[in-house]
Amino acid sequence: MSLLEILARRLLLGAGTLLFVSALVFFGTEILPGDVAYAILGQGATPELVEQVRDRLGLNEPLHLRYWIWLTNFLAGDFGSSLANGADIGTEVSRRASNTFILASCTALVAVPLAITLGLLASIKPGGRLDRSITSVSLALISFPDFMVAVILVTIFAVKLHWLPAIASIRPSYDVFDWIRILILPVTALTFTILAHMVRMTRSAVLNVLSSPAIEMAILKGVPRRRLMVRHALPNALGPIINVVALNLAYLISGVVIIETLFNFPGLGRYMVEGVTNRDVPIVQTCAMIFCTFYVLLNILADILSIMANPRVRYKK
Amino acid sequence: MTKPLLKVRHLDVSVYDRKNNETKIVDDISFDVQPGKVIALIGESGSGKTTISLGCMGYTRPGCYLTKGSVELDGVNVLDLSVPQLQELRGRDITYVAQSAAASFNSAMRIDAQVTEIPVITGSMTRKDALDKAVKLYKSLELPDPENIGKRYPHQVSGGQLQRLMAAMAMISDPRLLILDEPTTALDVTTQIEVLYSFKKLISDNNTAAIYVTHDLSLVAQIADHILVLKDGQMVEYGDTEQIISNPSHEYTKALMAAANVMPDDIHAPSIISAEAPPIIEVKSVSAAYSNSDAKNVLEDINLKINAGETLGIIGESGSGKTTLGRLISGLMSAKSGHVLLNGQPLNPHVQQRSLDELRQIQFVFQMADVALNPRQRINKILGRPMMFYRGLSKSEATKEVARLLERVELPTDFAWRFPPELSGGQRQRVNLARALAAEPKIIICDEITSALDTVVAQQILDLLENLQDEFGLSYMFITHDIATVAKIAERIAVMRLGRIVSQGTVRDVLTPPCHDYTQLLLNSIPEMRTDWLDEAIVERRALVKALNA
Repeated sequence: MSLLEILARRLLLGAGTLLFVSALVFFGTEILPGDVAYAILGQGATPELVEQVRDRLGLNEPLHLRYWIWLTNFLAGDFGSSLANGADIGTEVSRRASNTFILASCTALVAVPLAITLGLLASIKPGGRLDRSITSVSLALISFPDFMVAVILVTIFAVKLHWLPAIASIRPSYDVFDWIRILILPVTALTFTILAHMVRMTRSAVLNVLSSPAIEMAILKGVPRRRLMVRHALPNALGPIINVVALNLAYLISGVVIIETLFNFPGLGRYMVEGVTNRDVPIVQTCAMIFCTFYVLLNILADILSIMANPRVRYKK
Repeated sequence: MTKPLLKVRHLDVSVYDRKNNETKIVDDISFDVQPGKVIALIGESGSGKTTISLGCMGYTRPGCYLTKGSVELDGVNVLDLSVPQLQELRGRDITYVAQSAAASFNSAMRIDAQVTEIPVITGSMTRKDALDKAVKLYKSLELPDPENIGKRYPHQVSGGQLQRLMAAMAMISDPRLLILDEPTTALDVTTQIEVLYSFKKLISDNNTAAIYVTHDLSLVAQIADHILVLKDGQMVEYGDTEQIISNPSHEYTKALMAAANVMPDDIHAPSIISAEAPPIIEVKSVSAAYSNSDAKNVLEDINLKINAGETLGIIGESGSGKTTLGRLISGLMSAKSGHVLLNGQPLNPHVQQRSLDELRQIQFVFQMADVALNPRQRINKILGRPMMFYRGLSKSEATKEVARLLERVELPTDFAWRFPPELSGGQRQRVNLARALAAEPKIIICDEITSALDTVVAQQILDLLENLQDEFGLSYMFITHDIATVAKIAERIAVMRLGRIVSQGTVRDVLTPPCHDYTQLLLNSIPEMRTDWLDEAIVERRALVKALNA
């Protein structure tokens, strides 16, 4: 199978997954208890007014038809408007998404190289002191819930030491340094939560390669230790590493909900939480779809990259 | 006598179990390597030959420890060197050619980058000089397209070429000592002599000293000046090649000689068959491909018969379709056209559509017993299941039957309560065979069942096969790449090449000259136990290959 065929297949599968997810999201939010019309009208709801609002929102149409309309609008980029304040969701989403994207990519830039380095270091001497401390610390970090890590970080660095702000809300006047200042704590908290998984995966993938005859050969050729790890072991362990990195990056995009809420960071995650509290269904639907799309895309990317990492696929016989 | 290049004295290598008990896997080994000479370490698996050769580079596999002795290269004890000193030594003075080049090359780097890696990173050559040197080596190893072959990735060249490329990698910094660890074992027989010849030429052209590790005495005769015979980590015999081959003094060496892969002197007489009984298996103009859409056939117009009580040998190299044919007869694969008949009745192509009785009559024994047997089931369960499934025995009947069966394959009856990993390779292969026998078949398809075994053990399995055949009137389809083995056991043989049968008949007819060019090529590839064989064989081989490709 050529690479293009694989790509086409994965994309098709991804589209299928998204379609399935869209149905889940739509019908899932539909069966939530409570009527949107009542929610909008609040205390002043009279049966006539409710009927009027339902009509205006198209809530009286049959369910499958409403799904179809919602889906086609969504595909055309029209996410609808907020039920609470009537604002266009598209504009708000693009602003929020770029914030989340900055937070996520900063975390990725820190966490991925750090995780791979630590994983490599741990695999140099399995069972050695360095390995044991790296694995146990990463295990400890993975067992802490992320909100707790965040709270501890805030208590130490913001409340006690006053080095960094506890809240990461954004003002338009912020320059790069302000951005860095407010991002340090959320990025650290997020890094802690995704780091351990990647470290352990890198370690085991590299250890697996290290026991292969190719590595024994490299040792017998006299290849120095560092080169052995970086040039001989790492490239052959890339497949599994890429996959776990992609999974964690996808988690970053969607899993920032807690961290964004804690730090009051105006990103997609908090937008979704606001949507849920206000029973603002279109916002919830939109955010859920965006998170799923990222998940699917990142996983496709990981598939393709880990296939590409294998020279047997890149260079045919 | 000149001063030896390498002096190994009283070398011990040990492994420790969980309770810290020491087991010596190499025990008090001493030998010399003279400059420009080749010494062979010969022995079966587990004899410690690879461990010794790795020890000469100051390396042990994880879990093994060099506990005693010295390895002196030109007066320097290798075992006293620090890690950086060892790295220097390994890249420059002592180099290594591994058993399986396919596994030992880094699949993520181009070949040139690997061949020239050490001289370039140590700065002893510029990248350009190293590349030029590599091309020169590729040329002298007679690799095709020497200018460009190194630009490829390891998976893009054949196994025989990779093995030679690995030799180039070892020779790039003009080592004083070259260690070759079973460098031709993983290759097809006809490729093996070509590679062996290039190694021999390389060693003599460069006047390099070498340690050649192998289990095959007849190969060693072609290349080594001295031989060290090993058994269970101990020296059995050490001397000149001529002397050991012509006049082995130790019993074990004699056993090795007897089991060596040479053509047997006596060939089977064809079995007498009654004309009216239909053959057990008949394959009628079968063609097959891996998938229906695949235009390329892996089997092309195959016709053969296997009679009751007869052994048909199928020989060919990897990719010739011999295993595919076995899978097709047993129903693991379907034919595109043609039929397989059992006792004159056409068989359903697919195993799931065959009746229980048809399935029972055709049994399959796979090459790797350690993979074919479930490591978490006791032998009793492994052997009992086919008895209950095919013959409807009860559990207690099966247990009794298992004991009888174990006796038949010459294993102790209490093995029934052991797990496969507790058995040796030869014992496991016996269990593997017993599993097929448990169904009381008419014919057993044996796929390379002796290839992974040591020569002495393989010979015992062949003897067992013959005894069972006499006792039960079994038929065998014996698939192998080894023409010498097949000549020992089969009455009739079929020679396969590229999915076709090129020659078929009694052993005598097929193997007695004049025979088909390809059969001749296979015959020509069997090493003979004399030191001048290789140079003659290579000339004949090249003429034959030319004729075949014409």
